[in-house]
Amino acid sequence: MTDLQTFREETRDWLEANCPPEMRKPGDVAWGGRNAQFSHPDQKLWLERMGEKGWTCPTWPSEYGGGGLSKEENKILQEEMGAIGARSPLGSFGIWMLGPALLEFATEEQKKEHLPPIVRGEVWWCQGYSEPGSGSDLASLSTKAVEEGDEYIINGQKIWTSYADKADKIFCLVRTGPQEPKHDGISFLLIDMDQPGVTTRPITLISGKSPFCETFFDDAKAPVKDLVGGLNKGWTVAKRLLEHERTMISAMGLSGGGDGSKKTKSGLAEIGKKYAGVDSENQISDKALRRKVALHDLNSRAFGLTMQRVGEETKVGQPSPAAAMAKLYGTEHNKLRYELMLEAMGTQGIGWDGEGFSMEELAITRDWLRTKANSIEGGTSEVQLNVISKRVLGLPDK
Amino acid sequence: MALVLNEEQQSLKDIAKEFLQKNAPVTHFREIRDTESELGYDPDLWKQMVDLGWSGILVPEEYGGFDFGMVGMGSILEEMGKMLTPSPLFSTGVLGASLISLGGNDKQKQTYLPQIVDGSITTALALEEGNRHSPLSINTEAKKEGKNYTLTGSKTFVIDGHSSNLLIVAARTSGSENDSSGITLFLVDPSIDGVEVSKTSMVDSRNSANITLNEVIVSLDDVLSEENNGAALLEEVLDRAQIAISAEMLGNASQAFDITLEYLKERKQFGAVIGSFQALQHRAAEMYSELELTKSSVIAACVAADEQSNDLRRMASLAKFKAGETNHLVTNEAVQMHGGVGVTDEYDVGLYLKRARVTEQIFGNSEYHLDRYASLSEY
Repeated sequence: MTDLQTFREETRDWLEANCPPEMRKPGDVAWGGRNAQFSHPDQKLWLERMGEKGWTCPTWPSEYGGGGLSKEENKILQEEMGAIGARSPLGSFGIWMLGPALLEFATEEQKKEHLPPIVRGEVWWCQGYSEPGSGSDLASLSTKAVEEGDEYIINGQKIWTSYADKADKIFCLVRTGPQEPKHDGISFLLIDMDQPGVTTRPITLISGKSPFCETFFDDAKAPVKDLVGGLNKGWTVAKRLLEHERTMISAMGLSGGGDGSKKTKSGLAEIGKKYAGVDSENQISDKALRRKVALHDLNSRAFGLTMQRVGEETKVGQPSPAAAMAKLYGTEHNKLRYELMLEAMGTQGIGWDGEGFSMEELAITRDWLRTKANSIEGGTSEVQLNVISKRVLGLPDK
Repeated sequence: MALVLNEEQQSLKDIAKEFLQKNAPVTHFREIRDTESELGYDPDLWKQMVDLGWSGILVPEEYGGFDFGMVGMGSILEEMGKMLTPSPLFSTGVLGASLISLGGNDKQKQTYLPQIVDGSITTALALEEGNRHSPLSINTEAKKEGKNYTLTGSKTFVIDGHSSNLLIVAARTSGSENDSSGITLFLVDPSIDGVEVSKTSMVDSRNSANITLNEVIVSLDDVLSEENNGAALLEEVLDRAQIAISAEMLGNASQAFDITLEYLKERKQFGAVIGSFQALQHRAAEMYSELELTKSSVIAACVAADEQSNDLRRMASLAKFKAGETNHLVTNEAVQMHGGVGVTDEYDVGLYLKRARVTEQIFGNSEYHLDRYASLSEY
């Protein structure tokens, strides 16, 4: 038996023994943190067991609490988890965004301090990037950090901080070099949210939900040792972290929609048939709608195949410039998908609350509103177009 | 399913690229056009392509071919699309080779396939009868009399129809227009009595013909595949043909885009290169994205053909749809972004625009394939 086969068998046995039955059903994923809340006791147990093994972050090195698995082993772990329908034990910006950046840019001491709590789900991290005056032009940010002894004193305001009201700590871009050119005066700083100088205020979105906050810093403090990547070198860390964020967001464009290989009917076509009716040939009666559904399915498939190709090209070490279009196309495509669902549903798609609408209909409507932010957060579509023009196509600045 | 070329496939593509850039750049196409060559391609160049093995790529090894598959054929056609190279490769190496190897009996395969491989014949498919692709709209009549059939009708948009030595004609042996049963394919020698071939002059200056069949007598032995069941073979071959022409269209679009990108970096107005203007940058970036999607669709469709995927029909429609839409967009934008020179004959972009519109019509435009995709997906 090869090592990988042994690993598969051991993994299967371990999961069988340790994954609680409740966690083998679909449901919400734990986000952990100091004030962690669990929707079921099994969720807590599952997080503890997986965190102990480092399998909440399977490929991170084991000296920082991670699973230390190779890519192949991780693939096996994911397959085996998929086989029993095991829920992901933990989700967080620490795993998806901060962790990879720390692994690349942090000192040994910083890694040892900050990575293990992410693995075990003990700290909930949020992201402090945008400011009211610095959206697409992120590098113009003005929240400042001034060194005093062994601390930084932070003053300013961040916006669009996801879950800031629930988070324990924030990874934050701050201006440490006010005299330097804008990209060269930014540092990447880790700040504790649980202190008098930090306050948050939720922002209600058009969807009626409040996943984002404003975060205010009034003489907040952070130890000098929590500056990552070097003084005034934060922009390099920031850019890399944005790449991780864009990968996370563009994956949304792939959820749902024609998957490519199997002859699955897309959810869109089903919705079209359900609400617009079918003709004698079992085709969507509204031919204009049918055409738009087909157009969307074809593009879903082309996009899915492109992401597959990017993966393969990266694997064999070829440069894959197509990766640059993933965020742009994935989010625009996802928005269009929801527009089409609403168009198909007619007046059943524009309900806000209460009777007359099913839970599913109301959820689609709220999600439609939520998708509008996809092409804004993590770099707007217009910024992505700039990135493609300049970095991929080599078109010059004025 | 792998969407990156393996070493062998990559090497074939590199050879094709080098060969075409050296022997058949766009000036070669202009020369054929401007000398009003009757044949419509350069027979010496075609001979060299044959020597490189291109006509036999889709022919099984037992008939002297190389069985290299659609990924290989697609790579070559893509490179030809970039250089606008006129040749009978599509009509012979894709259509003829596929029709005969998938539908022919032993004798037909032994007779024709080696001749396709060694370049001694070129073939043409006489299918369309109207101004839109509609493979079942066949009114050309084939009347059975003893051991013979008598063919009467007219065909249009027959690619390489006037230059080929072997026609494959779709005719109706039973049923009425649009019935899928009752279509039969015949191998017809274009030099026999009653066959009238007239070359049509199209915007792309490439080969196309109208063909009239006036009581043309062929024998029972000339039936390709089964009587009345030609639609099944046609569909199988059209899937491959749609994918192959999509590969050429991808080449056409990428080259038009690359030429335009160069122009954006050179042309100065208002004291700056026009490629520094965001209005043009964003449109270029959108075209780039569409090209990437098209590239993935075309190669995935080629792979699906080689793997005989049970989803090949939808994959063919995906490739032809994306190639059609993208080529349409890119060639229009290429002309517009070139400004005044874009509408001159001297600049190449107009040539890509013209070829784009002709290839769009070959075996179904984007709307046709959109509709087909929806029907195949059962909505």
